Amino acid sequence: MSAAANRSVTNRASGLVVPLVLIVVGEAAFRAGYLQGDVLAAPSRIFLAFIAALRDGTLLAATKDTMITTFGGLALGGLIGLALGVMLGSFARLDRLLAVPIEIARPIPSVALVPIAMVVAGFGYSMEIAIVGFAAAWPVLITTRSAIAEIEPRLIEVARVLRLGWIATIFKILLPASLPRIFVGFRLAAGIALIVSVTVEIAANPIGLGHAIMMAQQSLQPALMLAMLVWIGVVGFAMNGVLIFLQQRLFGRAALAGDPP
Amino acid sequence: MKARVAWNLASIAVVVAIIMLWQMVADTKILSPAFFPGPDRTWKALTRAAISGDLAPRIYATVWRMLIGWMLASVLGILLGSLIGSSERLRRFLGPTLEFLRPLPASATIPVFIVLLGLSDAMVLSVVAFGALWPMLLGTVHGFQAVEPRLYEVARVLHLSRLAVIFKIALPSAMPDILSGLRLSLTVALILTVVCEMLIGVDGLGSWTLISARAFRSADLYAGVLLLGLIGYLGATALAVLSRRLLVWKHGSR
Repeated sequence: MSAAANRSVTNRASGLVVPLVLIVVGEAAFRAGYLQGDVLAAPSRIFLAFIAALRDGTLLAATKDTMITTFGGLALGGLIGLALGVMLGSFARLDRLLAVPIEIARPIPSVALVPIAMVVAGFGYSMEIAIVGFAAAWPVLITTRSAIAEIEPRLIEVARVLRLGWIATIFKILLPASLPRIFVGFRLAAGIALIVSVTVEIAANPIGLGHAIMMAQQSLQPALMLAMLVWIGVVGFAMNGVLIFLQQRLFGRAALAGDPP
Repeated sequence: MKARVAWNLASIAVVVAIIMLWQMVADTKILSPAFFPGPDRTWKALTRAAISGDLAPRIYATVWRMLIGWMLASVLGILLGSLIGSSERLRRFLGPTLEFLRPLPASATIPVFIVLLGLSDAMVLSVVAFGALWPMLLGTVHGFQAVEPRLYEVARVLHLSRLAVIFKIALPSAMPDILSGLRLSLTVALILTVVCEMLIGVDGLGSWTLISARAFRSADLYAGVLLLGLIGYLGATALAVLSRRLLVWKHGSR
């Protein structure tokens, strides 16, 4: 036991070696004058810029905007994906009828919708939430559809024997039985939602972390820009970690089956 | 077989019905034509752009950037993924860093690449390649880890070298993961290409749609979005066909 625990501690420690070496080498290169400050910044400067942005509130305000659009879009797209997924999963004929339209709509890159959303809704939360919703709906739709379609047929027989109505069947049988896999779909969708949110902000929408990092670049503040980049990474990593923790807590290891890499 | 054709035809009929509905809604002008053109105007915009010769170079530019960036990412990703996947030590040292970088939105690196390379095609390609690298790399590493351990035991018994193990055992067995990595990174490559084109305005479909939107040429805008969807569709279909060919052994005679 203690040997295994020891080993996992050294494993974690060796994972920190690479980032630490990079930080030390970067800092040393700047201190020794091998690297100049107009393009990149020394790790210590990046850290100071991060603290400054944290204290004047700009970092948290930008993070709040990005979180609103990420989770707003996740809620919108998730609900649409869930509803469509349940329908397509339980009615095989509908699934076949809508196969071609879905195949056509799905590969449209979400950012291609930015100009349309811009013209329709202008800049702000709503256009971004709409685009994030479009992108986040697909993983939920696809996992829900296959989870529902592959439900143990006997459960549906049980519903029939109990004379459950179709709404009761959906909420009492279908959704609970496929919840672990649907959660995986939501987790994937959450990652995509954050990515699309930041991307839309970088491409056009003047709010949030994506806009903040573009502004830092355009105002020639490499330290602030890199601090933002690291912060965006931390946000994504933390979000993913929380969702994986929840998934294991709620559904145990069963939920990890069929989890794409 | 006959039933499948019938269902496909029915499904295509649904698409036609959706297009007709789109036309009807557009004709009522409930939604302003300034941002909701009908399929007729979109089609006209598409053919006009195609005839005037503006369209082909733009499609070519976008597809070229997407493909070059994607291929760079694929080669690098499979190479690095094989290295990391086949060495427990490398995995121990790099794994946590990779896990940290995996959820990072690739588009967030755009400003960094702009600072390093300026508003150039090199910058676009770097962003596309960097972003598309991760699904490839992580897919390959995952595929290597998922190899049936007994196969490695067989390799040890046969005294195979590390290269032979990679080429004869690990790569074929990781093929499904690598192929899904290829598919995912092609999607990422298209998205990043479009974003970069929008940002720095180099000629391509991304900048065309953005400029059309700013000028309220909604028909051009919709035509551009449809073309981008078509590019994504063709790419995904080509890779799906390829993976079905390559993975015949996995699905048996299906």
